[in-house]
Amino acid sequence: MALSPSHSANAVGDGRPVVIIEPPRRWMPLDLRELWDQRELVYFLAWRDIKVRYKQTALGASWAILQPIFGMAVFSIFFGKLGRIPSDGLPYPLWSFAGLVPWAFFSQALTQSANSLVMSQNLLRKVYFPRLAIPIATVLSAAVDLVLAFVVLLAMMAFYGVFPTTRAVLVIPLAVLAFVAALGSGLWLAALSVRYRDVRYAVPVLVQFWLFATPIAYPSSLLPGNWRVLYAFNPMTGVVEGFRWALLGAHTTPGAMLAVSTVAAIVTLIGGAYYFRSMERTFADLV
Amino acid sequence: MSNAVITARGVGKRYRLGAAPVSDSLRDSLAATFSRATLLRVAGAMTSLGRGERDSDANTVWSLHDVSFDVGPGATLGIIGRNGAGKSTLLKILSRITQPTAGRVRIVGRVGSLLEVGTGFHPDLTGRENIFLNGAILGMRRSEIARKFDEIVAFAEVERFLDTQVKHYSSGMYLRLAFAVAAHFEPDILLVDEVLAVGDLEFQRKCIGKMGRVAGEGRTVLFVSHNMPAVRLLCRSAMVVDAGQIVREGDPAECVAYYVANGFQEDASEWTRPNDSGGALVMTHIASRVSGHQPRLTLELDVAVESRAPHKPAMVAVDVLDAAGVALMQALPSVEGFVACASSAQRIRIAIDLPPMIPGQYFATVWLGAHFSETLDVAERAIRFEVHDTPTTGRSHHHSPDHGAIVPLSAARCEPL
Repeated sequence: MALSPSHSANAVGDGRPVVIIEPPRRWMPLDLRELWDQRELVYFLAWRDIKVRYKQTALGASWAILQPIFGMAVFSIFFGKLGRIPSDGLPYPLWSFAGLVPWAFFSQALTQSANSLVMSQNLLRKVYFPRLAIPIATVLSAAVDLVLAFVVLLAMMAFYGVFPTTRAVLVIPLAVLAFVAALGSGLWLAALSVRYRDVRYAVPVLVQFWLFATPIAYPSSLLPGNWRVLYAFNPMTGVVEGFRWALLGAHTTPGAMLAVSTVAAIVTLIGGAYYFRSMERTFADLV
Repeated sequence: MSNAVITARGVGKRYRLGAAPVSDSLRDSLAATFSRATLLRVAGAMTSLGRGERDSDANTVWSLHDVSFDVGPGATLGIIGRNGAGKSTLLKILSRITQPTAGRVRIVGRVGSLLEVGTGFHPDLTGRENIFLNGAILGMRRSEIARKFDEIVAFAEVERFLDTQVKHYSSGMYLRLAFAVAAHFEPDILLVDEVLAVGDLEFQRKCIGKMGRVAGEGRTVLFVSHNMPAVRLLCRSAMVVDAGQIVREGDPAECVAYYVANGFQEDASEWTRPNDSGGALVMTHIASRVSGHQPRLTLELDVAVESRAPHKPAMVAVDVLDAAGVALMQALPSVEGFVACASSAQRIRIAIDLPPMIPGQYFATVWLGAHFSETLDVAERAIRFEVHDTPTTGRSHHHSPDHGAIVPLSAARCEPL
């Protein structure tokens, strides 16, 4: 069992890993390599969330579809019919549903990832793995609901006679943007929730507020032009406008908004990841 | 730093005393204990949070302080110490669950920790699903779990229930499955905390057997335990931790002896009637103590009894059982009933001269009856006691229960025919 004399960063000569345990520093590196090594764990945690989510529910996975459908019904009656909110010249139910599909994913992912560490406190106290795996797995598991709801959206489009063009492919990067936005904000909230359980009660309020700060019930064109860019700092603005533009051919080209939203989402994610890592050292002791 | 697989230098962990109350939501802790003292403490903790890391020493406690040691490849190191001594903190630092406040540890090889069995088991998932989930959480690859799957299932003896949700499992099945997964986890360095404390006796036996094999395969094992015989049996070296520091290290037999001699070990055991059941004569409390030295140990019992209805004079019998629950002997101090019916509580003092017994855990069952066929009260396995030393002078080889628990005094000599 010969050991290499040099202190190589991650392994000795025979390939065994070397771990150095030291007091935490203020800024911890993200250590994405370790996270990548543990990708199977992320997969299993997400798989567990999916398996367990609708266990012992009579309607099962149809809840993934029912939530945005109910939202659409309420919005169509109150905002579409009674409030006569414009919908970019498209049928209001279809138009609002196109916004609700990514929104349902975002709100679900945000809520669940914010609570994910507290829900996994037993794991945090008993076994080591990169802690980032927990919120990432939660957001991934919510993405399955997004796929299901998306299928319903396609069916609705067919019903209303709206057929997608090649532009529809852009839905994939838009979904990734929603993922980044949800994970980024989820990381901030999850790390905070370990110390302040208040987060659990604040998140529903935040989500409700966020819903109305996103152009789901109303078009962003209702806002004065120079406000729209500021508005796009909410990453979901870009996602929702993008979905409508890519799938329904809504006339508002969301280029500038998308750019701002993308930058905002990426900054939130990177900041959230570093904040999460710097708080990570306290998780096992505080949770 | 030779070829040690674990090198710890000056490792310490400090906890903040005031931090606990604010970790829950503020309102919870206020509602729970709405006293002036708590309010002051919460207020203090909040300001200290605001200040960041700077805490006065009065508010902190070192759960582990300036600990340094080396562990070589293939070692089996037992870590003993009383509750709160810092053993578990040390294990948590080595397994990276919590981070040290000071010092540095270098670990070479894949580390696996078993701080509990069945971590991450989900009650709504089936046995099969939990094997994969739990394996992944411990750090196994999916291919590795798949390869060992049949072996795990056979070890746990749950074939028929593989596709049943584990919430329908008995607690014994649940534990067997959980341990089976853990036992097939094969890191280079295994950190084990008190997992033997759970489960039935048969299960504990299986654990000890499996750990012995792990150690035999040349992997490094760190084993935190209260089970002194297990430490002596399994470990080739040991250390005693007290008040956050290593107070002794070296030969396991010496460490166990030191631990026992310094009063860390509790030789007394107590039993209190868990509910108000019972008939005419009931035992309410039993205290026990082992005194003397091998091979002449005495088990002393102090049994408090109450007569709740008229009864015939009672006699008492004590069964001594081994760790697996097999009765080894019965002490019967008198065949005449000597515990008369009385209006007030009485106590029965019993002294049993134990025969020379091998080191291990034993249990005692106390029985009261008016006649051999008329039980008044029985306290099954109420008393647990340990025998630490060998009854045979000069013996260093460990004893195996395969050759029985009792070592009769014997003599032999060789002479020409």
